[in-house]
Amino acid sequence: MNIIVCIKQVPDTAEIRINPETNTLMREGVPSIINPFDLHAIEAAVQIKEQHGGTVTVLTMGPPQAETSLREAVSMGADEVVLLSDRAFAGSDTWATSYTLAKAIEKLGADIIFCGKQAIDGDTAQVGPETAEFLDIPHISYIKKIEEVTDSAIRVQRMMDEGYDVVESSLPVLLTVVKELNQPRMPSLKGKMAAKKAEIKKMGMADINADEKSLGLKGSPTQVKNIFAPEIKAERKMIEGTAEEQVENLVKELREIKCL
Amino acid sequence: MDYFLTEEQVMIRDLARQVSEDKVMPIRAELDEKEEFPWDIMKTLAQSDFFGINISEQYGGLGMGGFELTLAIEELSKACLGVSTTFAANSLGTYPLLLQGSDEQKKKYLPDIASGRKLVAFGLTEANAGSDAAGVQTTAKLEGNEYVLNGTKQWITNGGDAEIYTVIAITNKAKGARGASAFIVDKGTPGFSFGKKENKLGIRASSTRELIFENCRIPKENLIGKEGLGFIIAMKTLDKSRTGVGAQGVGVAQGAFEAAADFAKERHQFGVPIISIQAVQHMLADMATQIEAARALVYAVAKFIDTGSKDVAKESAMAKLFATDVAMKVTVDAVQVMGGSGYMREYPVEKMMRDAKILQIYEGTNQIQRNVIGQALIKETAKR
Repeated sequence: MNIIVCIKQVPDTAEIRINPETNTLMREGVPSIINPFDLHAIEAAVQIKEQHGGTVTVLTMGPPQAETSLREAVSMGADEVVLLSDRAFAGSDTWATSYTLAKAIEKLGADIIFCGKQAIDGDTAQVGPETAEFLDIPHISYIKKIEEVTDSAIRVQRMMDEGYDVVESSLPVLLTVVKELNQPRMPSLKGKMAAKKAEIKKMGMADINADEKSLGLKGSPTQVKNIFAPEIKAERKMIEGTAEEQVENLVKELREIKCL
Repeated sequence: MDYFLTEEQVMIRDLARQVSEDKVMPIRAELDEKEEFPWDIMKTLAQSDFFGINISEQYGGLGMGGFELTLAIEELSKACLGVSTTFAANSLGTYPLLLQGSDEQKKKYLPDIASGRKLVAFGLTEANAGSDAAGVQTTAKLEGNEYVLNGTKQWITNGGDAEIYTVIAITNKAKGARGASAFIVDKGTPGFSFGKKENKLGIRASSTRELIFENCRIPKENLIGKEGLGFIIAMKTLDKSRTGVGAQGVGVAQGAFEAAADFAKERHQFGVPIISIQAVQHMLADMATQIEAARALVYAVAKFIDTGSKDVAKESAMAKLFATDVAMKVTVDAVQVMGGSGYMREYPVEKMMRDAKILQIYEGTNQIQRNVIGQALIKETAKR
């Protein structure tokens, strides 16, 4: 069983501030962590490996400093770690990121791919499902329990607003996980020592047979025009008079602002 | 102070700290209140390889020394002495095997211990033997291929929860202390049962029970070393483990000091935070100084023992004595700095004060430590 876990190194949002002029995150001096949802993804992968055998490969796309997150993944039980890094990847939106990850996964080969449900910096929750689309494989998002894994299929519980769905899929499949799935383990001392020595496999544009036009800023259809905090405008108006007058005036007002 | 730890030592300290902060601190008050054995924390420590720190790599351990173990114990003790006692009692119970165990015994038991699959307990103390370790009355009689154990051990940490027991029993009464031997007894052996769980002042997360042997038959191969080595094995075991108790003292004192200093920064009286009042400052200054002195001694002795030096009784007694007296004093003072708040269960220091008291009592009372030091001094003086 080959399991790939896609992780993202993110700024620890518990300690982050927003630049009031540009409305962007101020990353200077903020510690980087593995996206918390991704820790649950790593835990799930390592548990499956422990029960069914196989290898866990942790994959991240990011700058060279994302290496520290990959080493942390080794200390939790990852067998292989891959850093997807290339100047050509810079400025990727979720579409370009998913395309790049999919290309790398095609190259590496996987039966199950795990992602956290979303990253705590972008919060889009798009990269997991989009990656599955690029790979042309099924995906199940927001899984909260893995009921059964066999060599060719998986049955999981998908969290819904009320209750959950039980979903079965053939492999390969991509799963995005929620925190309820498990309790990520503490790193082990042996794992930490292995992490120090772990060899990090590096892959760039040339290694994944990617189309340059689909990468990075050029390959990103999302164009950010402006970032702002939505203003909440609330006005209050009291309508006086008898009940009939109030209803009449209310209807008139609603028509004026084109609510009716 | 910077003790110039190696990268690996820093790793052990930091991971132990992470376990303490994430897993121990949130539940320590509840474990204390309910007198609940910390199974989940032991599982975490097992998964994180802490049980194998000073067990050699061929048996699945990390092959490090007692010093690395003290670093882990210190960090756990900062959060909860009940938890650190449960953890540290394993190394106490394992030392007889490390010191004198045969290859077969090591192969059979150490992998389970290093991985944390099985907990260990050490059984020496009895109703009439403790400080007087030579007063052991539990007997082991060889009958064919088996030893038959009879007697009762008391106040045994991890008793009932551990799977593996290293026990001291008398094989030849006529020889006194030289007639004692060390044995391995597995939980579940017929004739081996446990007394009720003791209700304690402190370290309430750790379990303490009697070990009761009634015609308990164990294979001859479970003898550790040779007949007659029991007393020596027990003493060497305690020589090795005492720095761990010292580290517990340093840890609990540090935990109490930090709680008191943080509180003193927040608590206002006479219009100022009480940390700026000299009477409080001086208490904190004394506490911090005593802790650092204790830490320096414990670290130095742990490293000295790791050099393989043969006679370490005096130094290890000094480390245990000094650091645990500091722990008692500092935890009492931490309660005093925090005043009424310190006395309340909402804050952690009253528990630390209750917990700290055991450190002056177990693994040799501090009076016995002074005896050990005194005897060594007499020998040294005679040589001069």
